[in-house]
Amino acid sequence: MGRVWYELPMSTAAVARPVVEPRRDALRPALRSAGFSLLVLAVLCVLWEAYKWLGERLELTRPFPVNGRTMPHVYDMVGQLFEPSRRNGPLLIDVLLDAAVFTAREAAAGFVLGAAFGFAIAVVLSESRLLQRGFLPYIVASQTIPILAIAPMVVIWVSPKLPESIAGWGAVAVISAYLTFFPVTINTLRGLQSADPRAVELMRSYAAARWGILWKLRVPASFPYLFTALKIAAPAAVVGAIIGELPSSIQDGLAGAILNFNQYYITSPESLWATNIVAAALGILFFVVIAGAERLLVRRAPENVA
Amino acid sequence: MSTTASSAVSVTDLSKRFERGDVLALDRIDLEVQPGEFVSLIGPSGCGKSTLLRIIGDLIRPSEGDVLVNGKSAHQARLDRDYGIVFQDAVLYDWRTVVKNIALPLEMAGWDKQRREARVREMLELVELSGFEKHHPWQLSGGMQQRVSIARALSFSPALLLMDEPFGALDEMTRERMNNELLRIWQETRSTVVFVTHSIAESVFLSTRVVVMSARPGRIAGIVEIDLPQPRSPETREHPRFAEHITQVRRLLRKGHALDAPEEDETPLYVAEEGL
Repeated sequence: MGRVWYELPMSTAAVARPVVEPRRDALRPALRSAGFSLLVLAVLCVLWEAYKWLGERLELTRPFPVNGRTMPHVYDMVGQLFEPSRRNGPLLIDVLLDAAVFTAREAAAGFVLGAAFGFAIAVVLSESRLLQRGFLPYIVASQTIPILAIAPMVVIWVSPKLPESIAGWGAVAVISAYLTFFPVTINTLRGLQSADPRAVELMRSYAAARWGILWKLRVPASFPYLFTALKIAAPAAVVGAIIGELPSSIQDGLAGAILNFNQYYITSPESLWATNIVAAALGILFFVVIAGAERLLVRRAPENVA
Repeated sequence: MSTTASSAVSVTDLSKRFERGDVLALDRIDLEVQPGEFVSLIGPSGCGKSTLLRIIGDLIRPSEGDVLVNGKSAHQARLDRDYGIVFQDAVLYDWRTVVKNIALPLEMAGWDKQRREARVREMLELVELSGFEKHHPWQLSGGMQQRVSIARALSFSPALLLMDEPFGALDEMTRERMNNELLRIWQETRSTVVFVTHSIAESVFLSTRVVVMSARPGRIAGIVEIDLPQPRSPETREHPRFAEHITQVRRLLRKGHALDAPEEDETPLYVAEEGL
């Protein structure tokens, strides 16, 4: 039989684009973009200082008066981290890192809980239009209630049911989960419905049942959407944990530090700013972990990567 | 017409009316496809040829009439995985490598890993894609993607292959290569093919029979038996009867257009093999 295929000069190897080896090659652009991000940070710091310098010279009063209290020097905020937190006490950065680790534990537990819950809800809702119509409005409504308003109730409901060792921060994790699940549900729902209709026909031609179509097609198809949601949810989980600590009267986390330094803002504004830097860094860390996981797990055409 | 039991596909008095707009997509279609045949469905857009293919595959239900695949109801045939299907786009799963894409139907059919791997290796050889096992779909050209899609459709050795304009999105050169390739695979696997196309030359080159359809409502305007030597080769296109068959199909298509005006008692015209 004539293999006409090979009579043509264009070999299959020439047609194919070279194999991309994402992980090794991806490292260099990743470093470059990290470097660029640092550059942007430096520029922002310079802008801050420039505005402060100008504002003080011009005695700006709008939108707010510029002085050492409203806008401390960037180097003072960072420097404050390496000052003792109180007389003869440990360095502020040690105190804040301990607080950050404490909050991170709540946030991580909340994130995992919320993501799993959000994903599960999305899967259930995607399988039934009726459920979707009935429940979606309330899922949206759940996010319109200020977290501060429901946090005390969550603490009262959840804490007594948890083992002693996690009773304190367990309730905070639940509050954090409450903020996490929403974007995951909404995006995953969209993602589960994003599968190509012909891909669904294909699955039906393999006699796939609903379950098979869900796990082999809809769920993997939803991953880019899921990870977009997780990247939104990860920093939100940190915020949720911090806010959850407030009504739970938990002193060991970042919320305790924020409350504390709020009270001393007049005398030492740098301490609160320094705390904010640590809180922001924690949120960024959460985001970076998820973004890294996405790089490893989601295989898509380069143009389709969110 | 031959007995239904031995037919690969048997369509009897089939009509499809789409609820929306009350369109009669298919009007009383009768068609028999024998095992091992390569039958093309050709016709203008909207003649229902893709709809007919999907009804044979039990992906949509007919409004009236019966479809038997391998002597079973189309529904049972789908549940028994009696056919493989190939669309105009490869419809590969981005998150799966070439190997895993081809193995998908085997996974669904519950094959164990070893059997799957052995089978996928065979399929890669069949479509001449060995060496691309670990590639992801987006790293392949359009023609290669479509070959993966064909390998996937054939991986579980279905007796019937349904193809919906599989090469419609490819350039002319690639398309001709794919045509040759498909014929080679068809002869190696001895499967039955029902092939939807827009291209007259493609339908004549590939098929043992060409079913010409007319649009609105979708009907069979006529069937052309293709009397060209097997196996077909690039020289087949230079065979004197190749041009004659193309003319026949083209005439039927034109006649199909005249059918646009509703005619109640139009019976399909069968062109005899020797009547050239």
